[in-house]
Formats: sequence, C-alpha cells, structure tokens
Amino acid sequence: MAILIENLTKVYGEQKAVNNISFEIKTGEVVGFLGPNGAGKSTTMKMLTCYMAPTSGKIFLEGLDVDKDPEEIKKKIGYLPENNPLYTDMAIIDYLKFCAEIQGVEKSLVNQRIHKMVDMCGLNQERHKRIGELSKGYRQRVGLAQAMIHDPEVLVLDEPTTGLDPNQIIEIRKLIKELGKEKTVILSSHILSEVEATCDRILIINKGKIVADGTSETLRGQAQGKALIKVQIEAGNGAAIQKSLLGLATVESVKALEEKPDYFLVQSKPDLNSRKEVFDLCVKNGWYLMELTGIETKLEDVFREVTN
Amino acid sequence: MKSIWVITKRELASYFDSLIAYLMIIIFLILSGIFTWLYGSTIFLIGQADLQVFFGISYWTLFFFIPAITMRSLAEENRSGTIELLSTKAVSDWQIVVGKFLACTLLLVIALACTLPYYISVAQLGDVDHGAVMGGYFGLLLMSGMYISIGIFSSSLTSNQIVAFLLALFIGAFFHILFQFMSSGSTGIVGHAMDYLSVRTHYESLSRGVIDTRDLVYFGSFILAGLVLSQTMLSKRNWHN
Repeated sequence: MAILIENLTKVYGEQKAVNNISFEIKTGEVVGFLGPNGAGKSTTMKMLTCYMAPTSGKIFLEGLDVDKDPEEIKKKIGYLPENNPLYTDMAIIDYLKFCAEIQGVEKSLVNQRIHKMVDMCGLNQERHKRIGELSKGYRQRVGLAQAMIHDPEVLVLDEPTTGLDPNQIIEIRKLIKELGKEKTVILSSHILSEVEATCDRILIINKGKIVADGTSETLRGQAQGKALIKVQIEAGNGAAIQKSLLGLATVESVKALEEKPDYFLVQSKPDLNSRKEVFDLCVKNGWYLMELTGIETKLEDVFREVTN
Repeated sequence: MKSIWVITKRELASYFDSLIAYLMIIIFLILSGIFTWLYGSTIFLIGQADLQVFFGISYWTLFFFIPAITMRSLAEENRSGTIELLSTKAVSDWQIVVGKFLACTLLLVIALACTLPYYISVAQLGDVDHGAVMGGYFGLLLMSGMYISIGIFSSSLTSNQIVAFLLALFIGAFFHILFQFMSSGSTGIVGHAMDYLSVRTHYESLSRGVIDTRDLVYFGSFILAGLVLSQTMLSKRNWHN
C-alpha cells in the first residue's frame, strides 16, 4: 500500500511538532523514522493511523484520504503505539481475540490468526497469562501481535524494540524484514543501528522537518564527501610527519592521535582521496608505513551532522 | 453494530473479571434487601402487596452505585493510553461510547434481574399490581441509563477515576434532588422548568405504572445528550487545530 503525505503540519499550542513535511512511501518499503526525542516521529505516526487529525496537510493511503475514510484505513493499518498501552487485566489470548474481532477478522479465521501470531511473536510459553503479569519484552511482543493480527497491509511501529533484550531485538528485526517483503512497514527509532539493520529507507526527522531521506548507503555517502583515513607512520618525529602530511595537495586536515603514538587521522578535501599521496610521501622520505585504513563514516555521524 | 457488541463484550467481561460486577451486585442486593424487608421497612405494615419501598430505596442506591461503575470506562483508557490503541482500531468514537454504555446498562440489567425474587415473594403475599412493578423496573432502568450516560461523559473528561466519580455524582445530584428543591422554592415558568428537569417527577409517574411519552423523551434525550457529549470529548483530539 502506497502512502502519500502532503504538506503535513501539526501544531500543539505554540509549538510546531510537525512542520510542513511531504514524502511518499511505496508498497513494500520498510521505512525508518529516525530523529532525536521530540522530533515529531510519533506525531506523524499518530496522524497516519487516524488517531489525530493534522492541523493542515493531507495523508493518502492508496488513494484513500485519512480525513474522509478513517474506518476503511484503520482496517488496513496495524499500529503499535509508542509506550505500548495494553489492557493489563486481560489474558493474552482474550486480548488478541478482541483485537481480531474488532478489526473485522472473519469469525472462522480468528483462532487461526491468534495461533499464528502467538507462534510468530514467540508467546507460546506465556499464552495463558494475563498481560499484566508479563515482563516488558513479552508485552512488547503482545503489542506486535495485536498490530499484525488482522494481517494489515501497512504496519506502523513506534519504537518496536524498546524493552527487548538483545536476542529478542534480533528476532524482531528479522520479523520486520520478513514482513517488509510484502507489506509496507514504517517504524521509528532513535537507535541508528536498528534502522540501519532493518530499513530500506531512512527518513531523518528533526524539529518537525525531514532533514535527510535515503538508503543508509546514500546517507553515509553524503557525509563521506570528505574521506577519512587512519595511518601509522614510524619515523620518530611526529610533528615533522604531521607537517608534511598537511603539505599534501589533497589533504584538508591532519590530527595526531594522542593515545597512540605514530597514528594520524587524515581528512581529505571534498571528493578527493589521499591514500596514494600518503604512500608516495612515505616512500620519498623513507618512512615506514605500518598501517593505512579507510574509516567508514557511520550513520551516527550523519545523524549528528543533520540534527545539530 | 458488530463492533459495538465486541466492545460491550470486552467491557462486561472486564467488570466481571475485576470483581466490580460481583461486588456491585452483592452490595446492591444487600442494601436494597435490608431496607426493603428488614430495617425501617413498612412493607409488611401498609397492607398492600407492592414494591414501592424497594423502588424508593433503589432510587438512591443506584444514584451512588452507577458513578462507581462508569468512572473507569473512559478515564482508565485515558490514563493508561489504551484509548490510542482502541481508537486506531476499526471503530468510530461513537461505537466506542455506545459499546461502553451498553456494557454498563447490561450490568445494571443483571443487577436488577437479581431482585426478581423480591417481586416473586411479594406476589406470594397478595395481589400485586403487575403494571406498577413493570413500570417501576422500567423507570429504574431508564434512570440508570441516564446516570450511566452522565457517568460516561464525566469519565471522558478526565484521566482520574476519582474525579470522574465525583463529577458524575455532582452532575447527577442536580437531577436527582437539587432541581426538585429549586422547583419548590420558585414559582411560574422557572418552577415548572425545575420540576420538569428533576428525575423524581418522571420516575414517580413511571413507578406508578404510567408510561408517558414525556417521560420517555426526558430520559431518552438525556441519555443521548450524554453519549453525544462523550463522543465529542473523544473526538476532540481529532479537531484540526
């Protein structure tokens, strides 16, 4: 299911939580909303799931207007809200049954869907407990199960892996990837490695605006304009080496690593690479080049750059 | 309609799971039983086989009980955030409100049904005016519907159950007794208006077995008003500004 968002704005009192954003999501894409706390990720999701109406702007799901056909749209969306509210006094199975019925799952299919969700989300061991008795990780699984119970075409997951242990996180990521093959998945997170591991496309949101949009490779590429290498040169005189490295035509800056002698971080000028030049320099001066490593820009750096 | 029933079922189940339903039914039976049959009762003295005493007691017990049942209906959802979950499911705000209203009403019907033995006992004692008894039950039910509607509205205003309870009692008190006081203290149109607004006016004619459209319109419109206001409170998040 394709999603189209046009000039979406949400104002809380004085504050613009979401400020005139527009984007399009194609069917089968797994999109990650990334941003610091209070960036507008959850607000965007709330508007998308018909919980809140936008102050202005339009949202369309496969041509259906969220403002006009909320009932129709709600059937097609599975939503896991931010802090995963659940009816704690209900048993898991009863709760899933309630969700299935209310989402209009056919009566004959209800039990089959519940079984599938219990299996898929690993709830088998705890299936007879009340939700209130579950640990946070299991509650999160119940939250995921209720979101997927009616086999929706779009899944909106607001921070799906909070409260899970590392093994569970890996499982949930695998599950999301699996689901993303046929469904449109939108998830939010402030954990970079998470979106990088699961999403085809990343939207970085800051202060209500989209500040970056692309795959993790393209985003990294954007920041990689200035290539960074780490070199180790053994020749005794650190200051002299640093000076001659800086003298190279392609080099923008050189930093000596304090904790390790003979190590230097060399940053090239935009769109240039200094590896050859560094090598040639060492040969010319008779220095030993012990190490030369390219440093890959991390998504963290991109994130920090665009959100500061 | 199906969605309403799904919500009603869940609500009703949660009343029974959390023991609220049993407590409410048992205490209601004990209180109305004591005052109808034992303490300060005139039922054996008036020489008439009727349930007026019971209806008079229930008129008060329900007034206090209903806010206790309705106080959690939306306040608890607001507090725990499950309202977000519920309203992003394929139901409208109206269906949510009506579902909850029906659940409380059904609980009340069950409680009232448990008092049928009173009716049977009295019928053993002499000739009962069956019309008056039916009318009395019908009146209690309509009055309960009205207070449930007010209670759900109060609950929609807050995320605190105690506030919801007190607010429902406060609003209810006007209809239950205050308008009646005001009507006795004023004359002319104001007096009539106050008299019309008082629940007792309409409840009494019903419990005598007289079913008048004016009374039905009175209860019906307050039930509807409460539900519409609750729905409005729920939809508030959805306004465009």
